Amino acid sequence: MAGTAVLGRRLSWLVGTVTEVHDETPAARTIVFDVPDWPGHVAGQHVDVRLTAPDGYSAVRSYSIANAPTANRVEITVVRIDDGEVSPYLTQTVAQGDQLELRGPIGGWFVWRPAQTEPVQLIAGGSGIVPLMAMIRTRALAQSNAPFRLLYSVRNPESVLYAAELRECSRDVSITFAYTRTVPDGWPTPPGRIDAAAVAAHTWPANAAPQCYVCGPTPFVESAADLLRAAGQEPGSIKTERFGPTGG
Amino acid sequence: MDRSAQTFLDGNAAAGELRDIFVLELSTATTQCASCGKIAAFAEARVYGMEPGLIARCSGCENPLMRVVKSSGRVWLDLRGLQFLEVPTSSV
Ligand SMILES: Cc1cc2nc3c(=O)[nH]c(=O)nc-3n(C[C@H](O)[C@H](O)[C@H](O)COP(=O)(O)OP(=O)(O)OC[C@H]3O[C@@H](n4cnc5c(N)ncnc54)[C@H](O)[C@@H]3O)c2cc1C
Ligand SMILES: [Zn+2]
Repeated sequence: MAGTAVLGRRLSWLVGTVTEVHDETPAARTIVFDVPDWPGHVAGQHVDVRLTAPDGYSAVRSYSIANAPTANRVEITVVRIDDGEVSPYLTQTVAQGDQLELRGPIGGWFVWRPAQTEPVQLIAGGSGIVPLMAMIRTRALAQSNAPFRLLYSVRNPESVLYAAELRECSRDVSITFAYTRTVPDGWPTPPGRIDAAAVAAHTWPANAAPQCYVCGPTPFVESAADLLRAAGQEPGSIKTERFGPTGG
Repeated sequence: MDRSAQTFLDGNAAAGELRDIFVLELSTATTQCASCGKIAAFAEARVYGMEPGLIARCSGCENPLMRVVKSSGRVWLDLRGLQFLEVPTSSV
């Protein structure tokens, strides 16, 4: 798939037809596109989505690709920001059969490839799980044995994206949830942000030399990357993807 | 305004926008800051703003590496903060 990416090609807007939408949580929706000339992608890359109003005004937003590489198929999962310009439309209005403009795949740095065999530490805040899910799915599809750990920070149990699928893969990928607002009944610790103790207890130690991927709202990414550095991880082994302002 | 309190994105987030100017993907490009000499992937730069213009700053010293402004059918590109930009030509 990576090998099919054409170099030096002008990145033009492609038309994607919505073949499926499904709600992941009350605030998040997955949109599946059929994109006829899709050149293929690598886990961690994103697309730009352009919406154009009848008066010509247009808005472009980036969304991580959620699916493992599959011919002509691009999935995104959008979490609604209530006062946002684009995400309410994508999570409430878009329906099967709609056509949207997409540009991609974009990014070649925040990526995981099946040829990588080192331990992997994934840290997600809120919607930051999306590109990390693409990595988990790509790992499964490629039958990779790379040891993966995921630390996933969410507001409450109801906001977990891909909950059923994560339960499925927890046999194979070590998954820890960190709840920031509300914890499930009987949860051993009170809600709170990821801290040094959580990083020490639930992530690879520095001597395992993991490749770390941290994704989510900008302040979350800043603090999680700082915690990893403080725990002794090589700064060069920490890759980040910032989604923007607040939330998660 | 305290810049560190502002929110920013990664060079990665600007890579789509920059494909309007460059045919190659810039997130894996290597940059050297003309101010502090830091060598880093363009993906590690801190990107502020997007519309109508974006500015990519060095993650070491906040020096502007690249400024891009789009307006009335033109793009302005200011690269004076870069010592060099090395772009891989092998596949992404
Ligand atoms: C590389 C990249 C990948 C991304 N991938 C995803 C993804 O997979 N899924 C996803 O849901 N989003 C993703 N985002 C965020 C997405 O691009 C939009 O920023 C988000 O959907 C909000 O757009 P909007 O038009 O609804 O809000 P806007 O109209 O842009 O903003 C409305 C208000 O919400 C605030 N705001 C903006 N962004 C956020 C945010 N992320 N959290 C909380 N408040 C915010 C703004 O400050 C403003 O006050 C990604 C961003 C980047 C840069
Ligand atoms: Zn610098």
